Amino acid sequence: METGELGKVYKNGEIIVRQGDVGDCMYVVQSGQAEVIKEKEGKELQLNVLGEGGIFGEMALIDKEVRSATVRALGEVRILTVDKKTFLRLMSKDPTVAFSIVQKMSHRIRELSNELVKLKFGC
Amino acid sequence: MGVATLERKLTQSSEGLSNLTLDNGSRIAVIGSGPAGSLFSFFLLDMAERIGIDVHLDIFDPKDFSLPGPYGCNKCGGIISESLVQMLATEGINLPSSVVQRGIDSYVLHMDIGTVRIDTPLQEKRIAAVHRGSGPRGTMEKKWQSFDGHLQGLAIAKGAHLLRERADEVKWKDGRPQVKTKDGETETYDLLVFATGVNTTTLKLFEGLVLGYKPPRTTRAFVCELHLNEEMMNRYIGNSMHVFLIDLPRLKFAALIPKGNCVTMCLLGKNIDKPLIQSFLDTPEVKQCLPPDWKLPKDFCRCYPLISVGGAVYPFHDRVVFIGDSGVTRLYKDGIGAAYRTAKAAAKTAIFEGVSTKDFRRHYWPVCQAISSDNSIGKAIFLIMHVIQKFRSARRGVLRMVITEQHQKGGHRRMSSVLWDTFTGSASYRDVFLRTLHPLFLEKFLWHTVVSMGS
Repeated sequence: METGELGKVYKNGEIIVRQGDVGDCMYVVQSGQAEVIKEKEGKELQLNVLGEGGIFGEMALIDKEVRSATVRALGEVRILTVDKKTFLRLMSKDPTVAFSIVQKMSHRIRELSNELVKLKFGC
Repeated sequence: MGVATLERKLTQSSEGLSNLTLDNGSRIAVIGSGPAGSLFSFFLLDMAERIGIDVHLDIFDPKDFSLPGPYGCNKCGGIISESLVQMLATEGINLPSSVVQRGIDSYVLHMDIGTVRIDTPLQEKRIAAVHRGSGPRGTMEKKWQSFDGHLQGLAIAKGAHLLRERADEVKWKDGRPQVKTKDGETETYDLLVFATGVNTTTLKLFEGLVLGYKPPRTTRAFVCELHLNEEMMNRYIGNSMHVFLIDLPRLKFAALIPKGNCVTMCLLGKNIDKPLIQSFLDTPEVKQCLPPDWKLPKDFCRCYPLISVGGAVYPFHDRVVFIGDSGVTRLYKDGIGAAYRTAKAAAKTAIFEGVSTKDFRRHYWPVCQAISSDNSIGKAIFLIMHVIQKFRSARRGVLRMVITEQHQKGGHRRMSSVLWDTFTGSASYRDVFLRTLHPLFLEKFLWHTVVSMGS
């Protein structure tokens, strides 16, 4: 790790968050890649690959549910943690902070909608 | 002029002008492109784009952040607090390793009775040490970029126009501010934003422009850069911020902040001069942080910057707002965090509410007042720290309590978290103060003080 790198380094294959765990922070990818995986009955389905600037873990802070998916390092990845308290305090004091988060979540919903259409109509 | 008269005049000046808003084609001038000026420009242009208005924004700043030394430096310790790093990341502003010279994962508290290291609770680097400019005078290696230059780049990428010129004169024309540059160019704007900081004569030029505005009270600090090679940096300083609570006359606070290949030394106190700097460097606590044969070179990059210790009076008017240090900043710590808060509040007000006195008073002023109120509590905290500095038994109590907390697994690290947030500026002074009033904090501190007196 270089002197100026922020966050924490996860090695290839290391679990960053696990599906079903209680979430108490959000994460921002600083460098490298992380894969988002849905686990069901011992099988894995890759939902997304997040690169630099990608965020995850925000859903559990907003809907107060457990982690919806597992996120695993894909190669060496550096992740910055944003505390739940810092995140929610910021959102409550300054709703415009949500612009960037909501924009990313909207983008994700669009992608999932397109995937759904592809699966349903096979195109 | 009395406060009541001034209030009345300011209220009258905004009557009938409450519809001052930014629309398509509005022109905005930002004087100064430190963190406050650049973040204001970034957020304003981002919000304008989202709501679909096309505005023109000029940034006036003659500084060139690609140059080392005073030409590109904004004179500051260069710490981005833990909370600010997280807030910027949430906003989508990540700090690359080409800008962050060192990620800080701990701090070391040095006192005459001992030293203790306090690690970040998450074992993660979330504090960034940066150079505001392109490094100290004489820097040859271009490994890192300027932090201010990075933010300026983000503002330009959003559409800001950078004019490398000094704003020489500002006057009113038909109710709008007009900026004149050194080479005689004159432009009229719908909003003028002062983000000049307090280390400039420019601020004085504009005092008369805004009714009631008085710049913040200031004091002098001392900042210098000490060159060490990589091996020395890793061996003696590491990734820790070193904080000193030493009972030296006139010295309030001292810190060594590690950067890439040099250490920034910051001193706060009364009338900091060469003898005080030398006395500080001669203390055993400081000597143990530096190589044994290290001596202060004859020529090194140093400055005595003004730092703001009180908020400005009426930092707004119709079509004018003062942000960052020119408005209000946090006492001794997290000045960049205050620049972010005031810049964001002013940008939100200008885009969503308007640019009249009334709009700024209702939506921008409360943010400034919150920072000022918190600083009053900060003053009390620094007074308590000063008392602790004076009494050996109190210092021993603090040290013993922190050492005990650092060795225990789990549980509340009450003193460690209080010191961490006080020194790093990661939490508000109010939060820190409330934690010190917790009965368990007081009981443990008293117990450790009494035990350490008997040992």
